[in-house]
Amino acid sequence: MKFKLNVWRQENAKSAGRFEKYDIDGITSGHSFLEMLDVLNEKLVMQGKDPIAFDHDCREGICGSCSLVVNGRAHGPQEAATTCQLHMRKFRDGEEINVEPWRAGAFPVIRDLAVDRSSLDRIIQAGGYVSVRTGAVAEANAIPISKDVADRAMDAAACIGCGACVAACPNASAMLFTAAKVRHLNLLPQGQPERDMRTIKMVEQMDAEGFGACSNHLECEAACPKQISADFIGELNRDLATAMLRARGASGNASAGG
Amino acid sequence: MALQSNCPTGPIEQRWEKHRFNLKLVNPANKRKYEVIVVGSGLAGGAAAASLGELGYKVQCFCYQDSPRRAHSIAAQGGINSAKNYQNDGDSVYRLFYDTVKGGDYRSRESNVYRLAEVSLNVIDQCVAQGVPFAREYGGMLDNRSFGGAQVSRTFYARGQTGQQLLLGAYSALERQVAAGTVAMHTRHEMLELIVIDGRARGIVTRDLSTGKIDTHVADAVVIASGGYGNVFFLSTNAMGCNVTATWRAHKKGAFFANPCFTQIHPTCIPVKGDYQSKLTLMSESLRNDGRVWVPKSAEDCEKKPGDIPEADRDYFLERRYPAFGNLVPRDVASRATKVVCDEGRGVGPGGLGVYLDFRDSIERLGKPKITERYGNLFDMYHHITDENPYEAPMRIYPAVHYTMGGLWVDYNLMSNVPGLFVLGEANFSDHGANRLGASALMQGLSDGYFVIPYTLGDYLAKVAPTSTAKDVTKDHVEVKAAKKVVTDRLKTLLAVNGKRTVDSFHRELGKLMWDECGMARNEKGLNGALEKLPVLREEFWKNVCIPGMGESMNQELEKAGRVADLLELGELMCRDALNRNESCGGHFREESATEEGEAKRDDEAYCYVAAWEHTGEKTAPTLHKEALEFEYVKLSQRSYK
Ligand SMILES: Cc1cc2nc3c(=O)[nH]c(=O)nc-3n(C[C@H](O)[C@H](O)[C@H](O)COP(=O)(O)OP(=O)(O)OC[C@H]3O[C@@H](n4cnc5c(N)ncnc54)[C@H](O)[C@@H]3O)c2cc1C
Ligand code: FES
Repeated sequence: MKFKLNVWRQENAKSAGRFEKYDIDGITSGHSFLEMLDVLNEKLVMQGKDPIAFDHDCREGICGSCSLVVNGRAHGPQEAATTCQLHMRKFRDGEEINVEPWRAGAFPVIRDLAVDRSSLDRIIQAGGYVSVRTGAVAEANAIPISKDVADRAMDAAACIGCGACVAACPNASAMLFTAAKVRHLNLLPQGQPERDMRTIKMVEQMDAEGFGACSNHLECEAACPKQISADFIGELNRDLATAMLRARGASGNASAGG
Repeated sequence: MALQSNCPTGPIEQRWEKHRFNLKLVNPANKRKYEVIVVGSGLAGGAAAASLGELGYKVQCFCYQDSPRRAHSIAAQGGINSAKNYQNDGDSVYRLFYDTVKGGDYRSRESNVYRLAEVSLNVIDQCVAQGVPFAREYGGMLDNRSFGGAQVSRTFYARGQTGQQLLLGAYSALERQVAAGTVAMHTRHEMLELIVIDGRARGIVTRDLSTGKIDTHVADAVVIASGGYGNVFFLSTNAMGCNVTATWRAHKKGAFFANPCFTQIHPTCIPVKGDYQSKLTLMSESLRNDGRVWVPKSAEDCEKKPGDIPEADRDYFLERRYPAFGNLVPRDVASRATKVVCDEGRGVGPGGLGVYLDFRDSIERLGKPKITERYGNLFDMYHHITDENPYEAPMRIYPAVHYTMGGLWVDYNLMSNVPGLFVLGEANFSDHGANRLGASALMQGLSDGYFVIPYTLGDYLAKVAPTSTAKDVTKDHVEVKAAKKVVTDRLKTLLAVNGKRTVDSFHRELGKLMWDECGMARNEKGLNGALEKLPVLREEFWKNVCIPGMGESMNQELEKAGRVADLLELGELMCRDALNRNESCGGHFREESATEEGEAKRDDEAYCYVAAWEHTGEKTAPTLHKEALEFEYVKLSQRSYK
């Protein structure tokens, strides 16, 4: 198979980027999208040109490293798959393909197609954990958790943190990511003591990182390679409202008592 | 130099407890004066960095990915073992210990393995407390499954994403410490050198992969948890970035490399489809619970459609050779039997490198819905990758490199022979002997990180004055500067070669050579041949590799080149180790040491030891040090699955 590629090239965060055109030939339907880029990169190297930088590691859809916008869609045309799981058989022979990085203010480009997603780590730092010290814990079966709850928490926890939800959202909102993270822990008994604080702080951090607001376009859900449900966003909003109410109540009481 | 394992003595059930009591403690007020470097943020490194941070040490943690959550532990599917005996099926710490020593073909230390089995209980408690959503029964209790042919159900799992969920647990604990200011996380940083001063590990040199900046970091101790080196074979189930650089650099600074030739080849992976292939995908071992493995009896039938081959012309070779265990024989045995039938020309699919894994009979017996319930996601994954529907035609599978049991030598405290250098997780050699049991790597990584290093590191630190007060080593120390210069020069040299071959072309050639001569079966002639070819390939690499761009920016070709340069050297040591060990044990099969039926034959008289290699210089051969293994509890016997 042959393809015409338009690839975003950008030297570093400060420089202006541009699309470059590349013709590529000799690709089979069995090549994965990233293997197709490998072939192109080997060719570029042999011509003494800089190969295209892109993030990738596991190449089996679980680490969340790969992050390409292919023909305008985060992770490309295949549903429920990451870029590394996309195969060239999904494209027509001779097709023109646009390849771009995740685009969002909170994800500055580092080089070409690789972006800085450390903002997602900082959302976790704000409260995406259960504060429990190593060793200071109860026996694992001491707290039964109903299968429904555990399964639902797992549905949320399946998020691979790739950021496709942000890249797909017209507002570059990180609501689906944050909702999945908050709800995973808020659903479980272990997450209850810090529930309100976690919810408020993670949402605050999300705003502080410059992610946009959610206006229910649901592009995030459509782009998510793990099909995380946008219902979690509704649940997050509910958790947040309750948490704010309780926080106000608490501070109100405190001042009354003071 | 005699290797001291520092294992405690006495009744095995009391050793760890006794040892822990004897370990020195660091005064709580002094902990913050000690700086610790942790290289790696996988299960082992992530758990260690978080736990050490909680204790109050000043921790610097490094990983090469853009987030600690992306370490390759994330990819583990099947599960994690623990001797909880929740199923009341006769499991115990002792049984897990026994199974692990036997499964490792008697090439691990009893004391270490017992401790691993013991703390496996705490690991599950810890993960549940962090919010790891393990699979549960309707009554709300944790669910277990039997894994990898174990006779008891001791494996905990979270759908097919156990590694992901465990790592997210460790990652959340780690990020909590980052927020608390006890851990400084350096993502997109690669360790390129170990700094050793007056015989002690005192720091590392890193390259910032975004900017190319080379920096030095000084500390009181260095903990390496950088994962396995399966990528020496080019194709493996490891992530693209998995490498040996951190441990290899430490090896060249004096740390012994133990049992480098012990590699695990997993029997059920999706076969290679073309030479453009960049990595291999594992299909969970659980598939062998219901799938039957076969090839045509006659090589002439290999081109036929599997459905057209009548029952009488099929060879269910695992069931035939191992009637007692059938399709559930351990990984090393299944992989070798697969190789044998493919070598006989009876393999199927491209290049004859594949065997069928057939669900026809179980679909008939249990119905399609049941099979979908059990393996639906795996069937989809297979379909996704191969474009073939496994409900209609049997899967094709072939063995692939999956795990490396070898690694840096460590004592019972997980400290290498270089004082102050600790090694955890897949990067060390310690617990799995010559073959790792399924679901035991996750257990080991977390045990090392949460429940061993927090104690043993304290014992070491309690005996040394903290750098922050002693001020004996700073970034301006001559040795620190020298280490930095070594790294800078090496990168400059690589960039200056400007040759005619890509890094990948060298990596592929190395991988093929290692797979052919140091893969599933090894022999003297092949290993000697490889030992002649590897130095030539290495020399060509340094003369003819082509790396465009510069060092002062993100340069992924340069990153790969550094890793391949180290893998080229490691390959040689692996072959040397395989050549030295003229016995078959676990994943290491020497054709010269087989029973009449072609099964692996150990030689306990001659090889019941850990082979720990010392680097002696670029031009001289490494020196072999032997740590004798003693078995007081598990009797040495030939493994048999007939
Ligand atoms: C596909 C697959 C499935 C598996 N399934 C199972 C299973 O079901 N059960 C089981 O028990 N085991 C399984 N294993 C094995 C198990 O996942 C690994 O052995 C284990 O997770 C390794 O953990 P680790 O912490 O030692 O290393 P890793 O998780 O590999 O982490 C290594 C860390 O070191 C960092 N690093 C590496 N080199 C450098 C460097 N030079 N500088 C800086 N940082 C560096 C990386 O960034 C990373 O953070 C599986 C393995 C694979 C490949
Ligand atoms: S490379 Fe890991 S998800 Fe794509």
